[in-house]
Amino acid sequence: MNAARAPIAELDHGAPVRRVAGFMRLLRTNGFRVGLGETRDASVIMASAIGLSPRRLREAFKALCCSTHSDWERFDQLFDSYFLGRGVKRAVRMTGASRDNRKPARRLGEAGSPEKNSPADRIESDAGQSVGSPADGPARRMSASPAEATQAKDLRRIVVPEEVALANALAQRLARSMRARLTRRERVRAKGRRLDLRRTIHSSVAKGGEPLDLVWRRRKPKPLRLVVLLDASGSMEPYTPFFIRFMHGVVDAFREAEAFLFHTRLVHIAAALRDRNVTRAIERLSLMAQGIGGGTRIGESLADFNTWHARRVIHSRTCVMIMSDGFDTGAPGVLAREMRRLRKRCKRIVWLNPMIGWRDYEPSARGMSEALPYVDLFAPAHNLESLAALEPYLARI
Amino acid sequence: MTTDRNTIAARLAEVGYVADRDIATALWLMDLLKRPLLLEGEAGVGKTEVGKALAQIHGCELIRLQCYEGLDQNAALYEWNYQRQLLAIKAREASGEDAARIEAHIFSEDYLLERPLLAAIRRDKAPVLLIDEVDRADEEFEAFLLELLSDFQVTIPELGTVKATTIPRVVLTSNGTRELSDALRRRCLYHYVEFPDVDREARIILARLPHIHHALAHEIARVVHAIRKEELRKVPGVAETLDWAASLLGLNVQHLGDDPETIHATLICLLKTQEDRARVTPEVVARLIDFGHKDASQSLRVAGSV
Repeated sequence: MNAARAPIAELDHGAPVRRVAGFMRLLRTNGFRVGLGETRDASVIMASAIGLSPRRLREAFKALCCSTHSDWERFDQLFDSYFLGRGVKRAVRMTGASRDNRKPARRLGEAGSPEKNSPADRIESDAGQSVGSPADGPARRMSASPAEATQAKDLRRIVVPEEVALANALAQRLARSMRARLTRRERVRAKGRRLDLRRTIHSSVAKGGEPLDLVWRRRKPKPLRLVVLLDASGSMEPYTPFFIRFMHGVVDAFREAEAFLFHTRLVHIAAALRDRNVTRAIERLSLMAQGIGGGTRIGESLADFNTWHARRVIHSRTCVMIMSDGFDTGAPGVLAREMRRLRKRCKRIVWLNPMIGWRDYEPSARGMSEALPYVDLFAPAHNLESLAALEPYLARI
Repeated sequence: MTTDRNTIAARLAEVGYVADRDIATALWLMDLLKRPLLLEGEAGVGKTEVGKALAQIHGCELIRLQCYEGLDQNAALYEWNYQRQLLAIKAREASGEDAARIEAHIFSEDYLLERPLLAAIRRDKAPVLLIDEVDRADEEFEAFLLELLSDFQVTIPELGTVKATTIPRVVLTSNGTRELSDALRRRCLYHYVEFPDVDREARIILARLPHIHHALAHEIARVVHAIRKEELRKVPGVAETLDWAASLLGLNVQHLGDDPETIHATLICLLKTQEDRARVTPEVVARLIDFGHKDASQSLRVAGSV
């Protein structure tokens, strides 16, 4: 074992415990959730028979210290670099970078709520107010935190890595607050409509079999399910990475969410999005969604969705969210027909169109005008603010 | 009683569980550190089987708790037998017995219905407690579970605190339909179960279907491996592979290349959605089988040259 190359300076050859502690510190800086309990247990393992075989030790530490699939996948590299001195520098730095993606999300999530005072009608009024409009800009910037500055920016302009992380965190927090609002509505009230006989009898036992305290039951409402369909065609390209991050947040935070991506065909991406590491999720997606950036056949993609997936993913409390600019290159009439089919199945259809953020935009594209009659909410999605404004609407569904 | 790692690995093989490389270490750590083991992985990779195998290698009882949405304490921990309690009250009413004594009687052990979690901590010999698909239960239940897993004691208001007579070995499985809490994850050892590779899957087939021909088992494993790489909505699991192998055995198929149409018809064992069925056409099947052959001959050549 080559201790000299290990990143912890005060490492001592003769002290396995300190060596373990150093390794735990390395794991912690790489985003693993290990505490003192794990350090103690790792020392126990180190002192056991296994401590002599590096391979076995790695297996054991892996089982102990990992808690998610993404931890599981990068553990070997970290272990090898620390204990065996292999490929040290690159491995450590690479994983360090991915951790930055995760940290801000959590910190932001804890700090206060997002813009609470954004009522539903803001969605409509927001439409005219485009990208960092000068009238709105200065006043905002004086009082606002950096997080807010990103909120008002057009999504296409979010390119700096820090801002990407921030946008991502906001999207995740938004998804979380939606969920929180929704599940709070589910709390069971003290009074219900029907008697819960079983519990009533239980409480009556204490009264000698006389049912004095009645226990009531009430039907539990279903949680809202969100199905997101993202247009990943060429015209949407500037917005696609952002929306994917937003979808990642949604899939991660909603108890029930499904995600699809379409351009000339439809791809089911919820499984790829369940990867907690945003960067890798997006990499996996770009592999799955070959052909991204070409033309759009919204109608055909929706037909696919209606035929194959709708039966499974849509239930009575489903909101379908379509993110598209409505530029359809398919045959005319198909989109309208498929929207009608979709309409019959689900509770609400939300269409988010980044183009509304542009000045003087009118939904004149043929696809858009075909779809509009079936849409419950037609809203802009050119910045985070406009997404945040959706929150009260979704909570009401 | 701590069994060392190699003994566990050997016993796993004895009970017919074809283990992946490092699961034995994780199972050994469970005993050493007294922590539960959380297994994650795609549906159908054999997570539940690990729990069953663990019970077999320790020769103890397997207590299984299947989680579902809305699972509550009554279904998971304990419940009073209300019907019997009411009967007892009515029966004793006439005798004019003291109310306090009636109460003490009907809230005694006789009227307690054990559910899996309570049963698991009251056995003479430590059982294996398999908490299956913990992600299907809701967050409240998860918090409750966490408490039980750290203290191993249960408070029943009418009866007092029940302490564990033995600490069960706990295995949790999750399919990832919902993200588990960090607290629960940290409490557990973690193992990610992957789909078996071709060789291991072939060994699994041979272990479960001893009559199957050795070459056919390998052929099946290779084709399934290739099918998993196709873009499917529902990737076939190990159980599906076994079904398929059994059906091929029943049809007396010697080689997959012999009768492509029959093979295609039997794929209903593997592909469980209409969409996937439509995607894997007879031509695709033929390609996969061919590919498998080429793969095999190549690996043979490599083995030969080495």
